[in-house]
Amino acid sequence: MDLSYDDVQQILKIIDASSVEELRLEIGELKLVVRKRGSRAEVTETSADSPPAAAREPVAAAAPAPSRQRRAAEGEFELKAPMVGTFYRAPRPGAPPFVAVGSEVGPDDVVCIIEVMKLMNSITIGQRARIVEILVDNAQLVEFGQPIMIVAPA
Amino acid sequence: MNTVLVANRGEIAVRVIRACRALGLRTVAVYSEADRGAVHTRLADRAVCIGPAPAARSYLDVAALLATARGTGADAVHPGYGFLAENADFAAACVEAGLTFVGPSAEAIRAMGDKVHARERAAALGVPTVPGSRAPVGDVAEAQAVARAVGYPVLLKAAAGGGGRGMRVVRSASELSAAFTAARAEAEAAFGDDRLYVERFLEHVRHVEIQILADRFGAAVQLGERDCSVQRRHQKLLEEAPSPAVTPAIRAAMGDAALTLVADIKYENAGTVEFVLDPATDRFYFIEMNTRIQVEHPVTEMVTGVDLVAAQLRVAAGERLPFAQGDVTIAGHALECRINAEDPDAGFRPSPGRIARWSPPDGTGLRVDTHIEAGAVVPPFYDSLLAKVVAHGRDRENAIARMAEALRRFDVDGVATTLPLHRRILAHPDFVACRIHTRWVEDELGR
Repeated sequence: MDLSYDDVQQILKIIDASSVEELRLEIGELKLVVRKRGSRAEVTETSADSPPAAAREPVAAAAPAPSRQRRAAEGEFELKAPMVGTFYRAPRPGAPPFVAVGSEVGPDDVVCIIEVMKLMNSITIGQRARIVEILVDNAQLVEFGQPIMIVAPA
Repeated sequence: MNTVLVANRGEIAVRVIRACRALGLRTVAVYSEADRGAVHTRLADRAVCIGPAPAARSYLDVAALLATARGTGADAVHPGYGFLAENADFAAACVEAGLTFVGPSAEAIRAMGDKVHARERAAALGVPTVPGSRAPVGDVAEAQAVARAVGYPVLLKAAAGGGGRGMRVVRSASELSAAFTAARAEAEAAFGDDRLYVERFLEHVRHVEIQILADRFGAAVQLGERDCSVQRRHQKLLEEAPSPAVTPAIRAAMGDAALTLVADIKYENAGTVEFVLDPATDRFYFIEMNTRIQVEHPVTEMVTGVDLVAAQLRVAAGERLPFAQGDVTIAGHALECRINAEDPDAGFRPSPGRIARWSPPDGTGLRVDTHIEAGAVVPPFYDSLLAKVVAHGRDRENAIARMAEALRRFDVDGVATTLPLHRRILAHPDFVACRIHTRWVEDELGR
């Protein structure tokens, strides 16, 4: 069964409005875990059969992958990686990226995925924003707290 | 094996990275936000921030460590000591992720991790164990029965325990009930496992442990003993090799006992088999096996000339042990003092803070393993070990003299340390004359 991101957003809204703390949904190959942390819901989607771009290939080894040096200017802020893992810009190989420079996103729109041991953590910004710059290349390791995008409130 | 992820911090991360470099291996350091800029992160070929300060979300986060190994191309993991070093699930997860775990198999860690099973196994092999319950005791009545049989004083001990938690000395039947309840609650809180066993409490004993090394081809050697009797509340403070209380006959018997256990569990890599030695009778008893490199490994390195961490890496990479039992020789005497950021004048209260001045000693026969430098911050989140000062001499007297001189010259400012305590121990006639036991620090130097 395929679950679109619209479906996920729907589920998120339902969970957000309810008193449920955690939802686990398994349909065939698809596993969906939604966990509430504080007031805002955060979603984790795992699907063993459709890893995002290059998830199965070893990540470019050894070479350090520092963020490009650009700093957030006045009125902008850095979106930081909430965990160490592999950064993916698209939901699966060949799919269009979640966002590009200039994209405007809603608070719950997924802007990238960070994979930690096959667990796909969808990253949202939590407010309406415009993507100013993407600091990390696809399929690179990102460190905890590493700036991954520069965004401006929209 | 090309690139080793060092899943630890502090002096042991530095020690492992240096050993890797000496063998031409690349290294990946990991660190929490509290350790940003730490020495181990600068020595490694690459350093990755894996999480915030609390260890549960950084150094103990298995997923973060494995993701980092994959993302950096590491093909091996060295766990150091503490943190995940004796976590069988972590060892298994590394292997499952295609990584070489620099340590024993998950099965061997499990076999020795449960102290009750470890003791049963040792006893079945004819290795002497302390008289006590063969299995965890279910309730106070059962504990009473065992205590009566082995005789007071007895020790209540958590099956999953370590570091003195979940332990109570009980001197009479009337104290047992309260102590049992308290030890059980402490064991449950500390380990999530409230099983206790009861054993005869041996007084005025020494803690003596055998260092072993084994490869995957079944070859194993013992590298003599370390005496770790200078402890405070079961925390080792000062260690030495060889033990001044061990005769050649005890050494041989203890070494054989250790190797019997190692062969039985098909142990691979470095490990330590711990015993208590009763100097009054020269009898020794198995307590537990530590399935990792130990903090105090340098004293063995100093007297045997064997680089234990390098040996761990070689054995993990599939090499054979490069020497046999007959090649192991013990030369001279070595001492190690653990310099902790703790205030011995204030109940050993941890003393985190910024190191204002740091001038460790150096000289003939001295080695200092540390991750500290002037300006470094000792975070409050982890253990308080700052440095291990190791002195080697031609005999015990010479090693003590070298250590005393080294500690006189060791200049630290900014945090309180255990240096003054070590200076007192080294000058104490009981220590010099080998009249100490595992409770000597509390009895003689405690307040």
